[in-house]
Amino acid sequence: MKPVTKMTVVNKPLRKIDSSALSQGKKLYTGDLAPEHSLYVKMLWSPHAHANIKKIDISKAEKMPGVKLVLYHENVPRIPHCTAGQGYPEPSPYDTFMFDKKVRFVGDRVAAVVAETPDQAEEAIKAIEVEYEILKPVFTYDEALADNAPIIHDEPEAFVPIPIPYEPKKNIVAKVGMKAGDFEKGMKEADFTFDELYETPYAQHCPIEGYISWAQIDPYGRIFITTSTQVPFHTRRIVARTLGIPVQKIRVIKPRIGGGFGCKQEMLLEDIVAIAAYRLNKPVLWALTRDEVFRSGRTRHPMRLRIRYGLKKDGTITAIGLDIINNTGAYGGHGLTVMSCAGSKVLPLYHVNNIHFNAISIYTNLPVGGAYRGFGATQAYFPVETMIDVMADKIGMDPMEFRKKNHIRSGEGHPAFEALGEGKPGTPMTIGSCALAECIDKGAKEIDWSKRLPHTEKTSRFRRGIGMSIHMQGSSVPEIDMGSASIKMNDDGSFNLLVGATDLGTGSDTVLAQIAAEELGTTLDKFIVYSSDTDMTPFDVGAYASSTTYLSGEAVRKTAEKVRQQILKVGQEILQKQGFSKKIEELDLHDAHVISLDGSCKVAFGDIANYSLYENNQFQIGAIESHITHKSPPPFTAHFVELEVDIETGHVKVLKYVAAVDCGTAINPQLCEGQTEGGLLNGISYALTEEYRFDEEGKMTNANFMTYNIFSMRDKPEIKTILVPSYEETGPFGAKSVSEVCINGGMPAIANAIYNATGARLKKAPFTQERVWRAIQEVKK
Amino acid sequence: MTTRKISFTLNGEHKEFDVLPNERLLSLLRRNGFKGTKYGCLEGACGTCTVILDGKAVNSCLVFAFQVNGRSVQTVESLGIGEKLHEIQEALVSEGAVQCGYCTPGIVLSAKAMFDENPTPTVDEIKVQIDGNLCRCTGYEKILVAIDKVSKSHNQGGK
Ligand code: FES
Ligand code: FES
Repeated sequence: MKPVTKMTVVNKPLRKIDSSALSQGKKLYTGDLAPEHSLYVKMLWSPHAHANIKKIDISKAEKMPGVKLVLYHENVPRIPHCTAGQGYPEPSPYDTFMFDKKVRFVGDRVAAVVAETPDQAEEAIKAIEVEYEILKPVFTYDEALADNAPIIHDEPEAFVPIPIPYEPKKNIVAKVGMKAGDFEKGMKEADFTFDELYETPYAQHCPIEGYISWAQIDPYGRIFITTSTQVPFHTRRIVARTLGIPVQKIRVIKPRIGGGFGCKQEMLLEDIVAIAAYRLNKPVLWALTRDEVFRSGRTRHPMRLRIRYGLKKDGTITAIGLDIINNTGAYGGHGLTVMSCAGSKVLPLYHVNNIHFNAISIYTNLPVGGAYRGFGATQAYFPVETMIDVMADKIGMDPMEFRKKNHIRSGEGHPAFEALGEGKPGTPMTIGSCALAECIDKGAKEIDWSKRLPHTEKTSRFRRGIGMSIHMQGSSVPEIDMGSASIKMNDDGSFNLLVGATDLGTGSDTVLAQIAAEELGTTLDKFIVYSSDTDMTPFDVGAYASSTTYLSGEAVRKTAEKVRQQILKVGQEILQKQGFSKKIEELDLHDAHVISLDGSCKVAFGDIANYSLYENNQFQIGAIESHITHKSPPPFTAHFVELEVDIETGHVKVLKYVAAVDCGTAINPQLCEGQTEGGLLNGISYALTEEYRFDEEGKMTNANFMTYNIFSMRDKPEIKTILVPSYEETGPFGAKSVSEVCINGGMPAIANAIYNATGARLKKAPFTQERVWRAIQEVKK
Repeated sequence: MTTRKISFTLNGEHKEFDVLPNERLLSLLRRNGFKGTKYGCLEGACGTCTVILDGKAVNSCLVFAFQVNGRSVQTVESLGIGEKLHEIQEALVSEGAVQCGYCTPGIVLSAKAMFDENPTPTVDEIKVQIDGNLCRCTGYEKILVAIDKVSKSHNQGGK
C-alpha cells in the first residue's frame, strides 16, 4: 500500500461533488421532486398521552371538498412492526401498527386524510370525530417501573423477533448489562468512592429539512417511494412488511437529504404515502411541519444515570459502576441498541478492571427515542467524563494528567467490546490505531491548558474556566452491517460508481469516489456517483453507526481493486499488441493510464475502455463487491473548552472550543473538519440550551425554533479543529469514522469548565442559566 | 378558489402570477417551479426560505404573496447560472461550507443582500446578518470563513 503522503486523491480536501448544484438551489431534495399534481397527507395526531380510541367517525371528513381518502385503524392492515431502520431481524420490539386502537403519546397517529391540497386535508382532519377513553399516563422513570403501573403496550401482538428480554407488562423494553472482575471488591479496595446521579434531557436532531416522503405507482403497478431517509433498504423492507406486500413491489430512492443526524434512520412517513398512492393510483406527498417534527419525529433518549467509581490515591481507578434507565418513549425501536452503545463506546475508554454495567429501557407516554448522532454514548459520556474531573480533583491531580494515565491505548482490548452487541454478544477487539495521547497534547496546547487556574483563585463576577473531555466511538456494527458497491468503466475512461450507502449531506458520495479514484489511479472528476436506489444500486444498511467511510468505503475499495485487475489485464493485452511484453507486476495504474513501472510504455483508460467494449475479447470492465467488518475501530477525540460564567446571572458564554480528532486517515480532510465542527456545535447546543419541555398532560410546549433553541451563528464560539492522523490497518487507506464522536464533548467539557470557573458541578443538563445560577448558589452556601 | 393577479419583477424579469388568498411568497415561488427557495419551519425562525425583496433579505414564508405586487424579488435561481458560480457560492463551495446544502441558498441570499449594501462587512457584521439562517450541519465555522473571504476579496479589489 502506498503511504498516505504519496496518495493523489485520498487525504485531499477536494470539493464535495454535489456542492455546486446544492449552492445553486437545484431541484435535488425530496420536496423539489414531487410531481405537480400530488395529493397531500395530513395526520390527525393524538391530543392525549395515553388513551383508547373508542370510536372514530370519518363520514363527515370523507365528504369534505378535495378529500380522496381517510385512513385509520379499521381500514388498514394491522401488522406489528418496528419503525427503527436496523438490520433484520431487529433487536427491537415489533410494537407499532400503521394505526392502532390505542394512542400512546401526544403526537401519536390517529387518522390520516389525503386530499387535493394541504388546506383541504387540514380542514377534513378537523371533521374527524374521535371518542377517547383516557388512560392514566406514564411520564417518569419511577411511574413506568412502579408496581401496578399502567401498561403502555398491552396489545397481544407485540413481540421481539430475536430472543432478548422484553417485558411490556412491566413497561420494560430491553435490558443490557455486563460484569467484569469484581465490582464490589474494586469499590472496597478504593481509597475514595463516588456515587452520583446524572440526568440528560429529551433533545432533537433538528435537520433543517424535516421529514418528507412521496410515493407514486409506476406503469407496472409497483410503488415508487422518494423519501428523505438514511436507510432506503431498511425502509423498503419495513414498508413491505407494514403493508403486507412483497419487497419486490417497492422501490425506494433518496435524493439529496437536508440533514438527518439519525432521526431519518426510521420508517416514519413512507408506509402512509405508499398505501395512499397504491389505493388512489396517484402521487401522494407528506411533509411534516416543524411542530410535527418535534412532537412526532424521533428524539434523543433521555437517560438517568447512576455512576459509581472506586479510586486509589495514586490515580488508579479500581471500579466503575454505571446504571442507566433509558426512556424510549411510547415505542421501543432503538431502546436496546442505544444502551449497548452507552456501554460499549464509553466503558473501554479507561483502564478499570472491575466493572458493573446495567441498563434498562422503559416505555413512557412521551415522544419516541430514536437514533441520534452519538447514540447513547453521548448521554453516558456526561457522567463518565465529568466524574473523571471530580476524581482527579479529589486526589489533587491535573485532570489532563489523570486522563493520560488511565486512557486506553493501541494494542489493548476491553471486555465491553465482547459483552455488548446488538441483541447478541459483541465482537472482541483490540485497539489498532490510536492517536488519543497526541490529540490531548495538541488540544491542550491550542487552548493553553497551562494557564488554567483552580476555581478557588477566581473572584470576579465574570469568571473564566477551562475544561476538557476525551471520547471514543466506533466505526460500523461488526459482523452485522454490510455495504456493497459496483463500478463499471465507460467508453471515455470514466466510471459509474453505484453504492447502496446513503449520503445524507455528509459528503459520503464524494468520499467513496475518492477511495475508488485512488485505487484506480485516476481523478475524482472521472466518477459518476449514484447512491441508494433499491432498484439500481447494490445493498447497504444505510447511514448510521458511523459506518459509511469505514464499511462502505472498504466495499468500494475492494470493488475498485477488482476493476483495477481487469484494467491491468486489458492494458497488458493492448501493450502486447504494440510490441511491449510486460508482466502484470510490471504495470501500474497512474494518471488514468496503465503504465509500465520502467516508464517505457503506457495506454490511456479511454483506449482500454474502447478496446474492451468494441475491439477484441469484448467484455464490460466492472465489478461488484461487498464488505462486512470484523471490528469497529474507535475514532478518538480530545475536546477543550474555554468559557466565561457570569456568576450573578448564571449565564455561560463559550469562548473557544478545540477538538483534536483521530479519525485514521482523513479521506477528505475538509469534510472531516466539517463533520467535527457540525457535531461539536450540536454538542454545545445540547449542553447549554436544548431540551423538550412538557406540560402536565405530556404535551411538548416548545415545539418550534423560537423556544427550542438550537445554536445560530452568533452563538458559535471560536472553533479550532485539529486532525491528528493515525492509520487504521483494517480501514480503506487507513480510515476510521468521524461523524459521531465529536458530539460527545459538549456536555462534559462544558460542565468541567463551569466547575473550573465557579466550583459548581452540573449534573442535570442542559446547563440553562437558571440551573447554573442555582448550582452557584449551592457552592456559596 | 378565488385567485388574484399580481405582477412583480422576479430575478430581473417582469412576471405575472395568480395568487391564492393567504398564499405566502414561498409557496408562490415553489408552486411556479422556483424550487431553489427551500423551507425549514414556515414560521420565520430558520431563514432557509430567504429571498431578497427590494434589496433586503426576508423570510419568504412570512411574506404574503400579494405584498410583493409591484416590487422586486430575487431568488437563488438568478445567481451562478450554469457552471459559473456567484462569488458567494464559489466561496461556500470551496471552503467546504456546503454539507447537506439545504440551508445554503438562504445563506447565499442573506450574504448577497449584505454585500449589496456593504461590500466589506466585518466578521461581526457577517455574524449578525447570517444569524437568522440556521444550519445544523456545519457548526457555521466554514460558512463564516467563506463569507469573510468574499468580504476580504472586495477589500483587496478596492471595492
Ligand atoms: S421556512 Fe421561512 S424562516 Fe423557516
Ligand atoms: S449544510 Fe445542512 S443545514 Fe446547513
